[in-house]
Amino acid sequence: MVQKLDTLQETPSQTAGPYVHIGLMPTYAGNGGYYEEEIGTTPFLDESNAKGEIIEITGSVFDGTGWAMRDALIESWQCDAAGVFPGSEGADPAFTGHCRFAADAESGEFTLRTVKPGSYKGRGGVESAPYISLWVVARGINIGLNTRIYFEDEDNDDDPLLKRIEQRPRVNTLIAKKTSGGKYRFDIRLQGQDETVFLDL
Amino acid sequence: MTELILDQGPLIPRNRAIHPVPYDPDYKTSVSRSPNLPLLSMESSPSEETGPTFGHNKLGALDNNLILNWTKGAAPAVGERILMHGRVLDEMGRPVPNTLIEIWQANAGGRYRHKKDTYFAPLDPNFGGCGRTITDENGSYEFLTVRPGAYPWPNRANDWRPMHIHISVYGHSFGQRLITQMYFEGDPLIDHCPIAATIKDRSQLDRLVAPLDFSRSRPLDFLAYKFDIVLRGRRQTMFENKLEGM
Ligand SMILES: [Fe+3]
Repeated sequence: MVQKLDTLQETPSQTAGPYVHIGLMPTYAGNGGYYEEEIGTTPFLDESNAKGEIIEITGSVFDGTGWAMRDALIESWQCDAAGVFPGSEGADPAFTGHCRFAADAESGEFTLRTVKPGSYKGRGGVESAPYISLWVVARGINIGLNTRIYFEDEDNDDDPLLKRIEQRPRVNTLIAKKTSGGKYRFDIRLQGQDETVFLDL
Repeated sequence: MTELILDQGPLIPRNRAIHPVPYDPDYKTSVSRSPNLPLLSMESSPSEETGPTFGHNKLGALDNNLILNWTKGAAPAVGERILMHGRVLDEMGRPVPNTLIEIWQANAGGRYRHKKDTYFAPLDPNFGGCGRTITDENGSYEFLTVRPGAYPWPNRANDWRPMHIHISVYGHSFGQRLITQMYFEGDPLIDHCPIAATIKDRSQLDRLVAPLDFSRSRPLDFLAYKFDIVLRGRRQTMFENKLEGM
């Protein structure tokens, strides 16, 4: 026998299930008014005073059969337009950086309205290209899936995460395509042709 | 002068062996919803090491009382009254204070108040089925609720979910984000549930089973169940008098 470590182990995950919206997005589940203030309905505290460009990203989460899932729930987290994460010194006070959104029950499409993030310097002074972090949960997903949205109209060549993707065509699965001024398309594919790169970090 | 400072470094990499397998044919929906390709592993970065914060001002006084919160205190929900309580810690054993916990569950008959739940069991007009709270400075939390009923679900020909409460926790960084389920000590359906069985190490599944806790039960009122939650921790690093670049 060896000595025992005094660290703990993370609690195991379980699927969010089909009714995750009742807990996290009561209005979406048909229970509007449950809470006085619902959490994460928008990443803005004050949209008209938020710094930077306001953008909309629309997309779907496709299962392995190519079906746009109607029950996916997504959370986003990002820095502000100047590359500062909310909660850190100097962050834009009009912006929380966090949003919850769900696929529409009819169309299977989601839309995230937010500010376009800036780039920031991480450990060792390495600069990341602008991106938004996503966390996807749904029935059938046993542990939340992490991925990122980058932007096709930014310089992504030296991003430390994108550089790590060996199969270069797969980089495209993380890049939102511009559809018109301030509007982007970003689809997530859980399996199959063009499976999205999911992250473990 | 050189000064040694102890600071938090990157998140400790996730040990995926303790978690459910993403692909499990006995849980049919997971077959087409699990990535086939390996995840891209990297050290955490500021976007995983920071996260949203939620103030107490967003919460209402009854938000952690599911017996009363749907009717805003007008009438209590039907069912066996229970207190669910515990602590949120990180892998270093430190309490995680001021973090948001949200729960949702079926009513005492096994029916969710969700537009897509059409099970025969009736809705309880006095029960909504969700609650939320923020941990105190010791990482402790509690909810007053009713014991949720077991319910059947379309998977294999006759699958039932054991009694369970869904739980969502933030921690202090986006990389700690976790959703799990609490089961109840002694429920025979746990051993038959394909969702519980997505966790392949039985000793890890047992960590999701809350024990009956008479020390917190209130006579002639409610039973208590204890459920502690552990979130990912961060590596402590020693370094010389300058902050690691962030
Ligand atoms: Fe459930």
